[in-house]
Amino acid sequence: MSAGAASVTRPAADAAPLTLARTVRHRRERRIVAALGVLVLLVAAVSLMVGAYNLSVPDLLRTLAGQGSSSENFIVFKLRLPRLTLAILVGVAFAVSGALFQTVLRNPLASPDIIGVTGGASAAAVFGLLVLGLGSVATSFMAFAGAMVVAAAIYLLAWRGGVVGYRFVLIGVGVAFMVQGLLGYLLSRADLRNAQDALTWLVGSVSGARWPEIAVLAAFLAVLLPAIGVLAGRMRMLQLGDDTASSLGVRAERSRLALLVTAVALAALATAFVGPLAFIAFVSAPIARRLVGTGSLALVPAALIGVLITTVADFTAQHLLPGSLELPAGIITGAIGAPYLLWLLATQNRIGKGA
Amino acid sequence: MPQPTDQSTAVAPAAARHALTATGLSLGYDGIRIVDNLDLAIEPGAITVIVGANASGKSTLLRGLARLLPPQAGTVTLDGRDIAGLPSRQVATIVGLLPQQPIAPEGIGVADLVGRGRYPHQGWFRHWSSTDDAIVAEAMAATQTLELASRRMEELSGGQRQRVWIAMALAQKPDILLLDEPTTFLDVTHQVEVLDLLHEQNHDQGTTVVMVLHDLNLAARYADRLVVMRQGKIIAEGPPAQVLTEAVVLEAFGLTARVIPDPVCGSPMVVPIGRFHGTA
Repeated sequence: MSAGAASVTRPAADAAPLTLARTVRHRRERRIVAALGVLVLLVAAVSLMVGAYNLSVPDLLRTLAGQGSSSENFIVFKLRLPRLTLAILVGVAFAVSGALFQTVLRNPLASPDIIGVTGGASAAAVFGLLVLGLGSVATSFMAFAGAMVVAAAIYLLAWRGGVVGYRFVLIGVGVAFMVQGLLGYLLSRADLRNAQDALTWLVGSVSGARWPEIAVLAAFLAVLLPAIGVLAGRMRMLQLGDDTASSLGVRAERSRLALLVTAVALAALATAFVGPLAFIAFVSAPIARRLVGTGSLALVPAALIGVLITTVADFTAQHLLPGSLELPAGIITGAIGAPYLLWLLATQNRIGKGA
Repeated sequence: MPQPTDQSTAVAPAAARHALTATGLSLGYDGIRIVDNLDLAIEPGAITVIVGANASGKSTLLRGLARLLPPQAGTVTLDGRDIAGLPSRQVATIVGLLPQQPIAPEGIGVADLVGRGRYPHQGWFRHWSSTDDAIVAEAMAATQTLELASRRMEELSGGQRQRVWIAMALAQKPDILLLDEPTTFLDVTHQVEVLDLLHEQNHDQGTTVVMVLHDLNLAARYADRLVVMRQGKIIAEGPPAQVLTEAVVLEAFGLTARVIPDPVCGSPMVVPIGRFHGTA
């Protein structure tokens, strides 16, 4: 072969297998998103209709269209819709936060509720409630600050010229225990009535949702979620490991920090508004990734799963449990998450992805 | 067999030929120095193979060259400019590195993975295009992975998987391709297959290849230039026929060996002696 011929590029390869593989991949994810969307709509409709006073489908549609009676308007717009909206928003926030943590740290245990980030929010909130005697708005600020402080502490403790997933998780689990200890101390010192309030907050509940606070949460999400959209490309590269990501031109450490700050902000926000709803951040993304199963980030499916878990948990806690007692939704989400944690711990070492 | 000195004329020049150079380079982790005050100019258009005993700093050097590890001292320059000061993405369009153990996200498809190699060429306003498709298809055809396009990574054999990773690195279209032990975990057939593929890429596309290899004989056969490292320093560098001597093998590996011409292509071949065999 002459030197001149060698510089000629190979004959163009047929790209058809690539477009086919891509079409199949995208179609699969779109179908799952559509199916989850339908489920969310169903659950939303049911939770607006069912309660102490049941509405029929025509009643609901009429009311939503602005033609309802004053009692129907009160039930839908003052009681049920705010609660549903809050559940949806925090479902998205927790689920996306967990997805970011798990992807960026490449560890399924890396989730704000496992590594003490929401725990930090709780401890700060309980400190505000019991020791400082703060009101609900100030408590929310305390919770947000607590999550941020704890996350920063974990990041700094895990830093060794860079942050590695498993070290971050191990230190986070340690910090979570410290935060638990602090919580126990605060609760044991408080008098019974105040401790009862604090406990309710600690379990996490979307009851008592009001439009002004929902608007605040929605505004924050309107800033944070597009930011994640911008960072998604970098996240896809980080999935391949730091070395590959760096050699593809991603500044791995800087991108990871930006994504972690976003993730912490999401978890802190959601916790500030509804308390530490257990395990939604932890389970949503793995379920979504398993459903989609193409190695994609699956952020939208994860968010929808988060919404489903939160809304179904709240509905179950309100209506489906025996007795007249209305439970906080956090009890239900905890009951879903704990078995998953056990399963994960039992299977993780076998797969050998513990690090 | 072309002599390394006339490599630059034997191989067709690529559209852009870039020079990667380390000057006084020291690298390490947590204050431990692994590569020590090292100078190395990668010859453009050639295949350079780095060999050395375990922990001699081969992989660390490769990471330093790919600016994955900031220097403790000295510089790595690309076309005379300090690589640390260049935008990451711009460097990534010229220098690519395939790490020893890249991570495939669970469930990822082959086409998706190879396509991610196009990342540095995409930007805010330039998204996926038919050009990207064509380049990815070409990279997959070159590595014979096109027929695996719709498969998932975990369904593939070790050799297939490695070819897919190389396809990803090729889709990046780097002028300089660095590979950290691309043949580890592969049986001998697949080792030769991967090295043949890289040789082809070097000859047909003029890609500069720098890789770490364990097998001295394969290194000697495929390298235009051999870099022998010991304790973070280069103890010999040049064409394999000149570099790979019994004395160098002894110094680098502490191994007494005979070096004879490879019966296939005449490159030096290392035959270890050991304690129980031979009369030397």
